[in-house]
Amino acid sequence: MTDPTTTVSHLDLGAKNETFLDANELILNMGPQHPSTHGVLRVILKLDGEKVLGTECVIGYLHRGVEKIAENRTYTMFNPYVDRMDYVAAVSNGLGYCEAVEKLLNVEAPPRARYVRTILTELNRIASHQLWLGTHALDIGAITPLFYTFRDREEILKIFEKYCGARLTTHAFRIGGCQYETYDGFERDVKNFVSFVTPKVDEYEELLTTNRIWLERTRGVGLLSGPDCIDLGVTGPVLRASGVKWDLRKAQPYAAYSEFDFEIPTGQNGDTYDRYVVRIAEMRQSLRIISQAVERIPEGPIMAKVGKVLKPPPGEIYHSIEAPKGELGYFIVSDGSTQPYRLRVRPPSFVNLQALDKMVRGQLVADVVAVIGTLDIVLGEVDR
Amino acid sequence: MADENKQQGPSPAQSAENSAAATPSVPPKPAAAAKSGAPVPLPWQSEMVDSFKGRFGSGISEAVSYLGQNYLVVDRSALSEVLLAARAQESFDYLVDLTAVHYPQRELPFDVVYVLYSFARNERIRVKAQIADGEAVQSVVQIWSTANWLERECYDMFGIVFQGHPDLKRILLPDGWQGHPLRKDYGIIQQDQQWVKANLGIESGQ
Repeated sequence: MTDPTTTVSHLDLGAKNETFLDANELILNMGPQHPSTHGVLRVILKLDGEKVLGTECVIGYLHRGVEKIAENRTYTMFNPYVDRMDYVAAVSNGLGYCEAVEKLLNVEAPPRARYVRTILTELNRIASHQLWLGTHALDIGAITPLFYTFRDREEILKIFEKYCGARLTTHAFRIGGCQYETYDGFERDVKNFVSFVTPKVDEYEELLTTNRIWLERTRGVGLLSGPDCIDLGVTGPVLRASGVKWDLRKAQPYAAYSEFDFEIPTGQNGDTYDRYVVRIAEMRQSLRIISQAVERIPEGPIMAKVGKVLKPPPGEIYHSIEAPKGELGYFIVSDGSTQPYRLRVRPPSFVNLQALDKMVRGQLVADVVAVIGTLDIVLGEVDR
Repeated sequence: MADENKQQGPSPAQSAENSAAATPSVPPKPAAAAKSGAPVPLPWQSEMVDSFKGRFGSGISEAVSYLGQNYLVVDRSALSEVLLAARAQESFDYLVDLTAVHYPQRELPFDVVYVLYSFARNERIRVKAQIADGEAVQSVVQIWSTANWLERECYDMFGIVFQGHPDLKRILLPDGWQGHPLRKDYGIIQQDQQWVKANLGIESGQ
């Protein structure tokens, strides 16, 4: 904080031809308890007036030692824990973990399971993007999108609840497939959801896409170029909004993604507005994937034959998926026992948050809020 | 209903515990053919490995392919040069992850693991090196900016020092914390009692 004894007196200002704020660097503490940090993130801002000179993130408030816990649980017991990292996209976390362990076991989930997994994961991507859109718009000052997106997200959570009994921390998948067969009317519910939400996405766009306040607050804010994204390891919609057409669902397909037609939306400018456009387009692509998948879910078992006690042979694996926020990877080292010797999570939120400093330097304080929103971080995943 | 899944269609052949099941005769076929038998590590042969071996000689200890994934085990003395060559000559422009594994019974107890990806080649590899406890590793922040927080986390969790890092300090745990929790000798309910008492004003965080 500024020392009062060194503060420039108002009387000196005329002589120096400076304003009060020009003469002082101000350290401003934002968070950890601040609604726009989307959790417990503390950002220390170094300001010159309204201009940001630099930032430092203080994280770890939600650190639970997920990787340590993994070493002390069996592969099966650890499965529910992964839902609690990115708790708004729990299904994606589970998919990445189950597929990584399946690879280590050299087991493949049956086609039916892979289709059901794809449908649920894409539903979760839409839910995650809806939550992001509502809260991001709320941060910037638009209240209505929050009501719209939460109303529609509810329909997805209802499907999850009917499928596995939980709305958020779903634990939907098991190593080897899915524990539950789809309920009667699952296909109907999913199809109804697709036809219900398709016009709703247009509604979100009506509220924001050409809204003048929205444009003013997002265009040219938080710029990040493609090469910078790659250098900083930034993935997901943030990378694609900077013009890099890269999506793990296409680059290294997993689950059943290789069997569907969909596009990778990209932006050009790498600003907050482009990231908004990309995520809206991704919701539409997800709907496209879901409507293709639900039409041709194959018959057959939904669970591969895996033992009750899982003992992967000694060795290591890195498997990653395209989570709603970026590349979510699991690096697992097995020593042949029932527990992972080492399990490392490569969280997209943690790596993407590192770009915050680059994105807000030289911008205004109010833009910090917009940029934290546009990065779409979940602190449960940042801190693990 | 917990353990019973509806088995529809043709039942898959009885197979061993670790082999893939289910290849039903329905139109959408699996993306990859199911493998059988236990996987074995194979030597990884590629142009890049050959050129690295030619250049670093015994600096490349192993080049292994396991479950379709390739990794190099390199000597710690050659580590930073191999990584730089991977970035500069082989276009591995994205550092996906940086982490460590602790093997307390080994003479060199830590594996430092770098996961690299190349956008141009759509290829992912891992580079591993064994290091001694307390031995510093050259920081790669100059090569990939991502490494900044990843190295800080690695330092926080394992106590591995990255030489040349611009600001090596704890990231997830509080600054004054003693100990590095992902080491194998750190118990799962262990904590820094002194820190907890001094900063939280309680006897125990458990």
